[in-house]
Amino acid sequence: METFDLLMQGFSTAATPMNLLYAFIGVLLGTAVGVLPGIGPAMAVALLLPVTYALEPTSAFIMFAGIYYGGMFGGSTTSILLNTPGESATVITAIEGHKMAKAGRAAQALATAAIGSFVAGTIGTALLVAFTPMVVDFAVSLGSPSYLAIMVLALLAVTAVLGASKLRGFASLGLGLAIGLVGADKITGQQRLVFGQPLLVDGLDIVVVAVAIFAVGEALWIAAHLRRKPLSTIPVGRPWMGKQDWKRSWKPWLRGTAYGYPFGALPAGGAEVPTFLSYVTEKKLSKHPEEFGHGAIEGVAGPEAANNASAAGTLTPMLALGLPTNATAAVMLAAFTQYGIQPGPLLFDSEPELVWALIASLFIGNTLLLLINLPLAPVWAKLLQIPRPYLYAGILFFATLGAYAVNLQAFDLVLLLVLGALGFAMRRFGLPVLPLILGVILGPRVEEELRQSLQLSAGDPAGLFSEPIAVGTYILVALVLLLPLAISAFKRFRPQPQGVPAGAESRDEVSAAEARQGATVASGPRETIAGEYQQQHDHKEKP
Amino acid sequence: MNKLASRLKGRAELGLAALLGAVGVIVILDAASLTVPYSQADPVGPKTMPFIIGGLLLVCAVLLAINVLRGGQGEAEGGEDVDLSHPSDWRTVLPLVGAFVLNILLIDTVGWVISGALLFWGSAWALGSRRYVRDAIIAVVLSLGTFYGFYLGLGINLPAGLLQGVL
Repeated sequence: METFDLLMQGFSTAATPMNLLYAFIGVLLGTAVGVLPGIGPAMAVALLLPVTYALEPTSAFIMFAGIYYGGMFGGSTTSILLNTPGESATVITAIEGHKMAKAGRAAQALATAAIGSFVAGTIGTALLVAFTPMVVDFAVSLGSPSYLAIMVLALLAVTAVLGASKLRGFASLGLGLAIGLVGADKITGQQRLVFGQPLLVDGLDIVVVAVAIFAVGEALWIAAHLRRKPLSTIPVGRPWMGKQDWKRSWKPWLRGTAYGYPFGALPAGGAEVPTFLSYVTEKKLSKHPEEFGHGAIEGVAGPEAANNASAAGTLTPMLALGLPTNATAAVMLAAFTQYGIQPGPLLFDSEPELVWALIASLFIGNTLLLLINLPLAPVWAKLLQIPRPYLYAGILFFATLGAYAVNLQAFDLVLLLVLGALGFAMRRFGLPVLPLILGVILGPRVEEELRQSLQLSAGDPAGLFSEPIAVGTYILVALVLLLPLAISAFKRFRPQPQGVPAGAESRDEVSAAEARQGATVASGPRETIAGEYQQQHDHKEKP
Repeated sequence: MNKLASRLKGRAELGLAALLGAVGVIVILDAASLTVPYSQADPVGPKTMPFIIGGLLLVCAVLLAINVLRGGQGEAEGGEDVDLSHPSDWRTVLPLVGAFVLNILLIDTVGWVISGALLFWGSAWALGSRRYVRDAIIAVVLSLGTFYGFYLGLGINLPAGLLQGVL
């Protein structure tokens, strides 16, 4: 009941007229950036960071929460009407959603996506309220060795599990960690990677790094490959659903939520795996399996719910452990640090008002989103027609402004351009962006915990394994790293016999199929659906 | 020689491997140049982490180079407005970078209102907009709006530059 009281207090903070206004601005901005191509919630939060310095942290986070959930709502609109999902999480939505839209059922697809997102977001946030305090109770008892292990797990899992190429993921992680090294060492004051440049002593501002990688890199990359003929969007009226659609949607919503929340809450869970699992489940359970691939409403309802529930799930480790697992959460975590708020399990004790107001505003934002998305969908769809030169010139303009406003020095703009060029190269050569950002943010904390752990053990490496949770986590780390290798080795040495007629599967093949399923879960849905849905080649998170 | 040239052709990704390797070497050399007395309170010291990170980067650089030489390729990122069927369009990117650099050079002397407007106008031009007057009006409105917005709303004084006294 204590949690309930705190939540009610959170509502009373979040429901003041000013904070409601910020929540409203947040959901409007969030939906807009979700709909707009080339710009996503992480970029929006990064661009807004300097602007929010003048605000109360609570108001700023209420706005960020609106952007975070709003981006999910807006993203589904794009993928249904355009069929080119900008975010990994909406790839699956686009499969059935766009088919529905083509068949003249865009209104129903948008409706089931929006209402499903609302249902999943609300249940997901309720689960967040229920579970996060438990995770916090558990987390406060952990020492440095356990934290170190958990952060290592999160970094490696995000790097090795998501994305197409592990090697490129690790390259990105290494670059991020190196960027995180720049500046004076916190403990000894030694200057690392400063090269005699006094402006680097304080380290690279996370705002500059995030804006460079997300906004400048993205704008330059799109400019290099700008589609000269904009894609045609499917015109849409006001979203609505008939009785039959409701009947076919509500179960997928709930099942999608059940997949989404736990995966979001895991380090490196993300939204790809649960949306994919939800799609497969709905296809299997559907009474109309023949409609899948031609616009089945279950195929929109389930994955869309899974997507939003995983967004709520992601906030559990973010708030309870200070551990971000997607780009937007990472930038929000950077925002905590900017405000001088220490993220981690003590956050609930030190900033209860902020945390509970943030959580309460998730409920409020979710409801606002439903209200502004259902009747206003045609207006949002119009955003897709914005002239591209203005959109990307605007992104560069605001990126420059944001990075400059942090310290009012032109040197930051030089860094912005250099790191923007890095962001460009990463997109060109298929390096995922998320490991880099997590490396920049978590790298210094990993180092701190490492040094603290070994300080306690006077330099004895055994100190790293002095807590049972740490040992268990390292075993998980080993599994995350070795399992995909073992599976691919297994596949290589036991090649599948060719030409076996269907129905004549031997026991070995069943177990191979199970192993394949395991591989799918471990390495993301990319490989499996790649063949089936070749046109959906974009699986990366929209910045 | 020809064989080498043909192997290197289309392997621009090797440049990325070289970059990773260079960063790795710099990180390690930089850490090695630190002189820290051993301290009981900090047995790990500030060198360990850079060595680990530098090592990771070097390993990635080598593996990436091998991967690329064997024909591996990173998957270029797609998106709503990205058309990967044509190669990088440098005639768009270079003017864009030019507008960006111009802003860096000018911002502290001529001020944000002018340099920001030039940045927007130049970027829009580079991206293919040819409605010069409309672009210019939007650019000026944006830069003036953000100047006053930051000043009045956030208390941040963006540089006024040449227009000092006018604004």
